[in-house]
Amino acid sequence: MAGKVITITSGKGGVGKSTTTANLALGLALAGKRVVAVDLDIGLRNLDMILGLENRIVYDVVNIVEKACKLNQALIKDKRTDNLYLIAAAQTRDKSAVNAQQIIDLTNELKQSFDFIILDSPAGIESGFKNAMLPADEVIIVTTPEISAVRDADRVIGILESNEKNEMSLIINRINPVLVKKGDMMSKDDVLQVLSIPLLGIVPEDSNIVSYTNIGEPSILHKDSKSGKAYKNIVQRLLGHDVPLMDIMEEKKGILKSIIDFFKE
Amino acid sequence: MWLDFFKKKKKKSAQEAKERLQIILAHERVANKAPFLDDMRKDIIEVIKKYVDIDPKSINVVLQKDESVEVLEINIPIK
Repeated sequence: MAGKVITITSGKGGVGKSTTTANLALGLALAGKRVVAVDLDIGLRNLDMILGLENRIVYDVVNIVEKACKLNQALIKDKRTDNLYLIAAAQTRDKSAVNAQQIIDLTNELKQSFDFIILDSPAGIESGFKNAMLPADEVIIVTTPEISAVRDADRVIGILESNEKNEMSLIINRINPVLVKKGDMMSKDDVLQVLSIPLLGIVPEDSNIVSYTNIGEPSILHKDSKSGKAYKNIVQRLLGHDVPLMDIMEEKKGILKSIIDFFKE
Repeated sequence: MWLDFFKKKKKKSAQEAKERLQIILAHERVANKAPFLDDMRKDIIEVIKKYVDIDPKSINVVLQKDESVEVLEINIPIK
């Protein structure tokens, strides 16, 4: 078995990299694939809490590369599925604790026993990002429809191109259909025109994400979640299925609301 | 027309965001991909200034990619 390494990155922080990593990793595992998610944001560990696994961590990625533990000891099994494992970031170290070759060696080892190795990149374009991007077979860039996020995404795309990481795709996160309709938020097409890389999926803004994160249960586990549905579609595309884009613009409103909105413009 | 009275006209901010991004990214892509471009531009200005009167500010250097061909476009308006 030779697994595929997918790196999730963004340039700008706070656009939903770790949330995306958690949802896609969980989704692929629930679809029957063997998945390991690796948090490479050394010093700013977060993926463990988003997945609700923070109490199970004994060893982390720095312990593995420093050979302070065996790989198996640092693989934390998910509570919900036997198919998903997490390797946590170290919380008391910084990005200089690992180098690119160590991460490449680690992913090569993980490829032997997993179908998907999902690397959660730190924000920025420094060494931590490079460590996360160099082992990638495929890179997913997460952005929101905001100028700073799109600009930083473009910078990241440029760096990936110059490193010959050409298997790239885009997730546009936190699209607010009401703002897009009013012309106060760039639409998916606007963002695609600016960035011109293939679109992997769109995720609508979902205020429930805050509470899902609070309890350590990614939205893909919640049947009625809008963002969970969007992540499920993306998982299907990663598995090679042709799934139509979610229609997030569809919104039913009553007559009164329509009248109020008309005058609010 | 009376509708415009009720609906205050304002430029859609998303459109403005897209336009601003397209302009800044066109610049940044060139700067990051071909960092020598700024020096080259200065050299070109020096050479041309020897022969004709030009306004250095009006010179426009663009690196464009069309499908498979990359084109370096230099526009030099002569006074």
